[in-house]
Amino acid sequence: MIGIEHYVFVSAILFVLGVLGIFLNRKNVIILLMSIELILLSVNLNLVAFSVFLHDLVGQIFAMFVLTVAAGEAAIGLAILVIYFRGRGTIAVDDVNRMKG
Amino acid sequence: MIQAIAFYLFATLTIFSGAVTILARNPVHSVLWLILAFFNAAGLMILIGAEFIAMLLVIVYVGAVAVLFLFVVMMLDIDFAQLRAGFIKNFPLGFALAFVFLAELVMGVGAYKAGGLVLGTPDAATAPVAGLSNTAAIGALLYSRYLFLFETAGIILLVAMIGAIVLTHRQRGDVRGQKPSSQISRRPEEATINLQPEVGKGVTL
Repeated sequence: MIGIEHYVFVSAILFVLGVLGIFLNRKNVIILLMSIELILLSVNLNLVAFSVFLHDLVGQIFAMFVLTVAAGEAAIGLAILVIYFRGRGTIAVDDVNRMKG
Repeated sequence: MIQAIAFYLFATLTIFSGAVTILARNPVHSVLWLILAFFNAAGLMILIGAEFIAMLLVIVYVGAVAVLFLFVVMMLDIDFAQLRAGFIKNFPLGFALAFVFLAELVMGVGAYKAGGLVLGTPDAATAPVAGLSNTAAIGALLYSRYLFLFETAGIILLVAMIGAIVLTHRQRGDVRGQKPSSQISRRPEEATINLQPEVGKGVTL
């Protein structure tokens, strides 16, 4: 039968894929943001799985707040990306250190 | 049996589409694979009866966040091939770190399975109510015990929305926008004048 370990395994693999995505696509901010979304998805899956298997609804409510923060983070991150692209014409993260002044 | 088949189907597809998301050459394909990963994760959540979060995932993530990504990817004119440089160079280190992470997480699950970890017992007030659907139970908890946090989440979304607008809004000089105050304050007698020019002479405005 499908137990909590199965869900934790899936969520762990998804989390690691997100971390790997951050390492592999270090220049492309869009894929970096997508990797962060993957990580948050795995965290949500973990929270929901534990919430169901422990019969405690707080995990699902917390997953909802994680969703809220993820939506806000994506909106602000993409807005920053758009103004960065407007100013420099590229989104390569390597050039961000010019913001040091 | 059917539950196990569905679990393995959704789990495999989630992990596969997550992997393709970070490996795809074209970011548009990445976003589409990310959407597939979200759908399959929602399926995984439905399998264990958390239908509210699953629907929220489909509506919020697929409907709003992923479409936002798609818009931004298509709006910006970016040379993605140049951004792929360093992909191979970073691969060994990234893969090693990811492997270490995964090994640690698997060891954690192994410790839990071996009985080395004791999870906390749930609060009786937050246990799902028998006879109530998942959505109704979450609503009953959210609008009573977590009302303040719920409203705080709303404030966070409002701040994010205002922040995104403030960041991306710009005053452009090359477009002719409307000026409502001067348009409304115009009077008919200022707007038109009656002239009776003599024959053969023009009118100076």
